[in-house]
Amino acid sequence: MPRNRTVSRIAVLGSPVQRGSAAGNSSTRSSALRRRLVLGTLIIGSLVLLTLSFRSTALDSTEGLAASALRPFEVAANRVARPFQDAAGWTKGLIHAKAKRDALQREVDELRRQVSAEQSAIHENDTLRNLLAYRDSARFPQDFHGVAARVLTNPATSFDQTVTVDAGSNQGVAPEDVVVTADGLVGQVTRVFSNISRVMLITDPDSAVRSADANNLAAIGIVEHGSGTSSVVLSRVTKDKKVNVGDTVITAGSPGQGQLPSLFPRNINVGRVTSVNASDTDLFKQIQVQPFVDFSSLESVLVLIPKASAHP
Amino acid sequence: MTLDAVKAAVLLFLVVVVQVSIVSAYHPLGGSADLVLVTLLALALLRGSIFGAIAGFSAGFLLDSAHLSTLGVTSLLLTVGGFLIGRYGETTARDRFHAPFTSVGVVTILYAFGTLALRFVLGDPAPLSRAITELPAVFVWNLVLTMPVYAVCRWLFPPTDPGHRIHDVRLIGVSQTAPSGGGS
Repeated sequence: MPRNRTVSRIAVLGSPVQRGSAAGNSSTRSSALRRRLVLGTLIIGSLVLLTLSFRSTALDSTEGLAASALRPFEVAANRVARPFQDAAGWTKGLIHAKAKRDALQREVDELRRQVSAEQSAIHENDTLRNLLAYRDSARFPQDFHGVAARVLTNPATSFDQTVTVDAGSNQGVAPEDVVVTADGLVGQVTRVFSNISRVMLITDPDSAVRSADANNLAAIGIVEHGSGTSSVVLSRVTKDKKVNVGDTVITAGSPGQGQLPSLFPRNINVGRVTSVNASDTDLFKQIQVQPFVDFSSLESVLVLIPKASAHP
Repeated sequence: MTLDAVKAAVLLFLVVVVQVSIVSAYHPLGGSADLVLVTLLALALLRGSIFGAIAGFSAGFLLDSAHLSTLGVTSLLLTVGGFLIGRYGETTARDRFHAPFTSVGVVTILYAFGTLALRFVLGDPAPLSRAITELPAVFVWNLVLTMPVYAVCRWLFPPTDPGHRIHDVRLIGVSQTAPSGGGS
């Protein structure tokens, strides 16, 4: 169907149409003139304001007056808005509270780990300092040098009183080397690998250390495992030798340098005598000794390596 | 007209107070909405260029006074903005749905760079990077505010003299007349 161009059409309501000039050109011109006049006046006014305000203080009082007039309304608006601002802030805080809590919890965990690591490092530092002080002290056996080693594993069972340390043949460790701490005797190396060794504690049933009472060096015996896992006894001490409770037991060494010298150098602390018994039927005294070393919390040890056999 | 002026003065005064006291304190997404600019443009669209220019000058003066900044800077920008959008409303934009959004979008950008230019001319700090960084957020928030603000302004300042509206159009060169009173 062809479009009927003869019929006028209804325009879209409110369509943007330039106002007609039916009222007359003079009215349009005056309206335009008025617009320009107002605009020019306002722009010039703005520029005057700007210039006066920028270059002088002439408008300061006016500005201050206007600002003072606005101030109460601003304060009122702030007071009106404050509860809403607080509510908005509270809501926002609530929304982010969980995320913040989780972040803080992670931070706390991290700090706890750091604190734990630092405490462990401090403790290890103290232990190593003690070992160092012991190595440099007069009590440290002559003709030996110490190799510091960290204890890797503790005794697996009460029947297997051994630990492993992180020093082996690469560090000069050899079987039967003596292991000590600053507190006293620990044991001796039984197996050696390249960077790890096995140490038999003096509480092991197979351990035997020639020892003596420090107050009576004639009271020589053998320190062997006792009834408990952390106790030892000083056996083979004849009844005629005087041993008192509280005496210090030390390694006796081999002063005579016989054909079968003791593996343990002389004057290493072993423990303290806790009880001394002597029955009529026994040939020897029954001497209980509490080792100076706490075998349940061994962390670092020194492996005594004879200087003559030390690796380069 | 007098009643409109009074209403506009009160409205702009309140809007300036709200702007400087509340709105400008928040910068969601990195920028703050410009309630004064949006309100002024709505007024200019509804009441024309002269009304817009005078309203812009007054609002600018109030804003500069409230901030104790150099008088005339904001007045100059808002005067020009109000006048231009007023002319836009008088000529082609009135009653078009997109007119408020177009006006706010364009003037927001021009206003930002105009402020920057004026501050630069006056020797005040005018960091372009900061203006560009804030502009997207200001643009978005102004557009978000446009609809409600324009609705309120339209309610306060209803369209006047509907007789000037032309509802019928006679096509040039046609012989028949349009039906009387059509479309109204």
